[in-house]
Amino acid sequence: MLQLSLLILLIPFAGFLILIFFGKRLPRQGDWLGTSFLGITLLMSVFLLISKIASIPGDTLSYSFSWVIIGNPDAGGFSVDLGVMIDNLTVVMLVVVMLVSFLVHLFSIGYMKDDPRYSRYFSYLGLFTFSMTGIVLTDNLLMMYIFWELVGISSYLLIGFWYEKKSASNAANKAFIVNRIGDAGMFIGIMILFIHFSTFSFDAIFSGIQAGDLPFQSTAWLTAAGILIFCGAVGKSAQFPLHVWLPDAMEGPTPVSALIHAATMVAAGGYLIARMFPILTAEALLVIAYIGAITALIAATIALTQHDIKKILAYSTISQLGYMVMALGVGAFTAGFMHLVTHAAFKAGLFLGAGSVIFAMHHALHQKHDHKTDAQDLRNMGGLKSRMPLTYWTFLIFTLAISGVPLTSGFLSKDEILAGTLAFSSLNGHYLLPVIGFVVAGLTAFYMFRLFILTFHGKHADESRVSDLKESPFTMTIPLMILAGLSTFVFYSFNPFAASGGWFFSAIERPLSLVPEALQPASAEVFAQAVSALHTPALILSIIIAGAGIFGAVWVYQWKKTSAVQISEKFGALYRGSFNKWYFDEMYQAVFINGTFIITKVLRWFDETIVDGIVNGAAYVFERFSVVNRWFDEHIIDGLVNLTALGTGVLGKVLRKLQTGKIQHYLAFVVLGMLVFYFIII
Amino acid sequence: MELQFLGIGILTWILFLPVAGMILILLIPGERIQAIRITATAITGLQVILAAVIFRHFDRGIEGINSIEGFQFVEQFSWITVEAVPWFGRIEIFYFLGIDGLSVLMIMLTALIGLIGAISSWTITKQVKGYFALYMLLITGMMGVFLALDFFLFFIFWEVMLLPMYFLIGIWGGPRREYAAIKFFLYTFVGGILMMLVMLALYFSVAVPDPVTGELVHTFNLLHMMNPAYYVEGSLLAGVDTTWRYVAWMALFINFAIKIPLFPFHTWLPDAHVEAPTPISVILAGVLLKLGTYGLLRISFPIFPDGTMYFMIFMAVLGMISIIYGAFCALAQDDFKKLIAYSSISHMGIVVLGIAALNTQGMVGGVLQMFNHGIITAVLFLMVGVVYDRTGKRGLNDFGGLANQMPKYTGIAMVGMFAALGLPGLNGFVSELFSFLGAFEAYRWIAIVSVFGIIITAGYILWTLQRVFLGKTPEHLTNLKDLTTRELVCFIPLVILIILLGVYPSPAIELMNTSLSYLVQVVTVPAY
Repeated sequence: MLQLSLLILLIPFAGFLILIFFGKRLPRQGDWLGTSFLGITLLMSVFLLISKIASIPGDTLSYSFSWVIIGNPDAGGFSVDLGVMIDNLTVVMLVVVMLVSFLVHLFSIGYMKDDPRYSRYFSYLGLFTFSMTGIVLTDNLLMMYIFWELVGISSYLLIGFWYEKKSASNAANKAFIVNRIGDAGMFIGIMILFIHFSTFSFDAIFSGIQAGDLPFQSTAWLTAAGILIFCGAVGKSAQFPLHVWLPDAMEGPTPVSALIHAATMVAAGGYLIARMFPILTAEALLVIAYIGAITALIAATIALTQHDIKKILAYSTISQLGYMVMALGVGAFTAGFMHLVTHAAFKAGLFLGAGSVIFAMHHALHQKHDHKTDAQDLRNMGGLKSRMPLTYWTFLIFTLAISGVPLTSGFLSKDEILAGTLAFSSLNGHYLLPVIGFVVAGLTAFYMFRLFILTFHGKHADESRVSDLKESPFTMTIPLMILAGLSTFVFYSFNPFAASGGWFFSAIERPLSLVPEALQPASAEVFAQAVSALHTPALILSIIIAGAGIFGAVWVYQWKKTSAVQISEKFGALYRGSFNKWYFDEMYQAVFINGTFIITKVLRWFDETIVDGIVNGAAYVFERFSVVNRWFDEHIIDGLVNLTALGTGVLGKVLRKLQTGKIQHYLAFVVLGMLVFYFIII
Repeated sequence: MELQFLGIGILTWILFLPVAGMILILLIPGERIQAIRITATAITGLQVILAAVIFRHFDRGIEGINSIEGFQFVEQFSWITVEAVPWFGRIEIFYFLGIDGLSVLMIMLTALIGLIGAISSWTITKQVKGYFALYMLLITGMMGVFLALDFFLFFIFWEVMLLPMYFLIGIWGGPRREYAAIKFFLYTFVGGILMMLVMLALYFSVAVPDPVTGELVHTFNLLHMMNPAYYVEGSLLAGVDTTWRYVAWMALFINFAIKIPLFPFHTWLPDAHVEAPTPISVILAGVLLKLGTYGLLRISFPIFPDGTMYFMIFMAVLGMISIIYGAFCALAQDDFKKLIAYSSISHMGIVVLGIAALNTQGMVGGVLQMFNHGIITAVLFLMVGVVYDRTGKRGLNDFGGLANQMPKYTGIAMVGMFAALGLPGLNGFVSELFSFLGAFEAYRWIAIVSVFGIIITAGYILWTLQRVFLGKTPEHLTNLKDLTTRELVCFIPLVILIILLGVYPSPAIELMNTSLSYLVQVVTVPAY
């Protein structure tokens, strides 16, 4: 199994290398190569999933090797090991990644058909899949961080794929830099754990903490390490306050949004929390739960009023990620992770469906030589149902799933999350969490049906513009149909109203908390009891709320009983706040971006004027000094020298008189000198 | 371990090959430009081969640092001996070369960057003969500093290097070359004087009994200076933790800090880089800056462990300031070369932060960062050189959309810039990782503040990428040609190293691991 998992890791990387160097020379620019590679790894990971869960559900397999040795490991040094491990979490996540990646490859064959950098696109997809697989398979924090950054760079490359557009390259920069902020926190968290345990391995760190060995012997540092590592998830999973990059990331090609910015990479945050769960203290988990709840609420309120189909889906993604994070924070571990999986299927489907619509719109507008109309704006859509039936019906299933309507996968996981938050509040009194959870559920149903109705129902604003609009090709609709199938309940639990009896809940169990007893969250048993007591009320409430949300959307947008414009005017300030995304971008621009630029300008000025000024000033002083020195030299020193010279000259003149040229005189001088010498010595 | 060709030790070969090359170049008539270029390239190429031989035969298990037995390929001959000089007594200066795990990687770096610089110097058209002659002398000077184990010899090479650098910037540089050259010269010269004073103070404080006569003889031998037993009772630098020893440490530190360059001694660097021709920038950032941190590790740390321990936090703070300050200043630049110059300050700050941690991982991270930064920054300066040669411009806002116009160039530039950004999988990440891990163990908060430098770094790197490579290609850039074969020859070995050492850094770390763990012991566990 381990060899197989390494193959799953390396095959996409091989695809990346082949395509980046030889892609253009391959027939069809190598799209078949990337896609078939992913097909192979998908089959492999399905095989891995089945054989792992069927034969050895309780085991964890791992393999590691020494990457670098620092110092002498026997005397204070350490070895940095890299490795992979396989447990149930891993195999489930692998299938999710490979499946969505494969379908997105397939979809992209149609969607990206005429792009000038077609093979480059597929190579980046390979790089991304490789990096994502690394995150899934790692058995240590270092590799987690390494691949964490690598998915970041693949995301950067794909968001900025159409880099001729300034908005695309801006969005790519924003995504990477905002993520770096989270990553810096994560890096510090990793350092705290590493310095204490001299290892990055999950297993070794966990067993150290279980033995009561805390970083710097302090519970505060343990909580801090947990929260700091969670910062990585805040960045990658676009949680408040770092959520601002994800909507902009929609500048990338739509299939990329489906793969990276909806189904897999952004869910990596959830995966990270799930991995670190055993060492998160109750306080850290509470922070996580509230961050998730705040994120879910903020994003859902923004999604209500947007016009861009992809932006709405982006905010809905943020909101759903908030759900997952909140679920993990309250201890509804399995529900949170299950939502990650179900969300991956239906959100990938929603994005690919939106991609199908955009693709069709784009081509229809292109036929009419209309390059002004925005192919992604809801106001330019409507009535597409009859023209794109496959897209329509699959989109309906995805919308039902995300709204949490029974018989869908989304219902199963969302219901469990809501029951979990209720149970948590019944144990700890944090009632805000379930309230937010239910409100967001209603908002989600409302804005998703708003999107759905405005896109497919009603009449198109201007029929003539879309008269050439037709259904997308099969490479694009087949992935939609597969994902629609996967958005039904049967794949997760045979009981459409409760996930807890299905294979998923028995395969993915909440791990034991390993932190000291006083810091532990409510134990899994206590929590499970509370959940089962509250499950039925949560179930009923969530169905009612989803129904209310859907009804509201139908009331306003389908039957037009109440005008949306009137509602928005009534809630003027709130509407503007929501429409302008609560002004986060403006705030960050004013405080952080402008602040940074002011600092850089000040420092540049400081560097050029003060630091260099001192240097040049010193040089100037020395130069002046040297001028004085020169005067001194020329007049005083040289004067002395000249004086000496003069003296010497005079002496010479005198002495010259002695040089008569007569040998007798010289002899006389010599004798005289010797006599003088003689008398001096004696 | 001895390795000789024609009865001459390999270190002497690698050290004086460029001098031989210089003589050869001076003998070639000035108008035969091609012959001069080929000679220079061949000589530096030979150096790379010698460096490879050293890499093969270097024993990874020997410690070095403060005992002659620990050094490899040692060559020691009495060079200058003057009997009974008044005041000085017997003066003995040795021609004393040897390498250990600390210097071996720097030898490789110097040889490699020397070759790359020589190849990229083919674009120089002004007074080619003089240029290459000075270039060869420069290489010898740098190599000598890394090889010398006698302080006097070290000092000589330190100063020898200064002169060719001065002329190479002052004659072949840009419009403000004289200002930059004199600034560089004065800065380094002031540092050199400080170092000379310390050298003399050490000389008079250290005396070794003559093996034959038993007479105490003063010495410049660096290894003897590291041995507290050789300090003359009552001499200036005898004892531990004395004021004079701290003063001496500080004087040495300022000299090395100027070379690194650390804030606030850094302002010569942006000017020197902006004015220097491309290959000289490559040498300057690729090798010359490392002399500063190397000097700290070779001289300050083992000779003054007390001063080092006393000032370690001070050093770490300066490292931290350089990281953050350099990154912020880089963000404010709109000249490509200045940007890289400030990024060098920031990245060399990481070296200082790592070595100031005084633990093995920090030390390994720091020295590896010296090597990695040498490689990465060489790529970056060559990269600027490519567009500067084609357009005569290097303002960040003068370009745009090069990704479509010059795809090969863009691919290579991206690898270099991502490495500078510390992207995992490329070499910069590995050394930054270990430097930070070391620093964090020693000073938690300094390390935490420094980590924020990596965010700013991401900012200026990505913004630069965007301004130069992304966007639509402007009209006036549509006739730019992609990389020539000669340029590719410069880039490819560096890019391969960037990736190789990023994925599998062990070969480099093994070279220095033993020596550096021992150095940590020497500094932190007092021998007295």
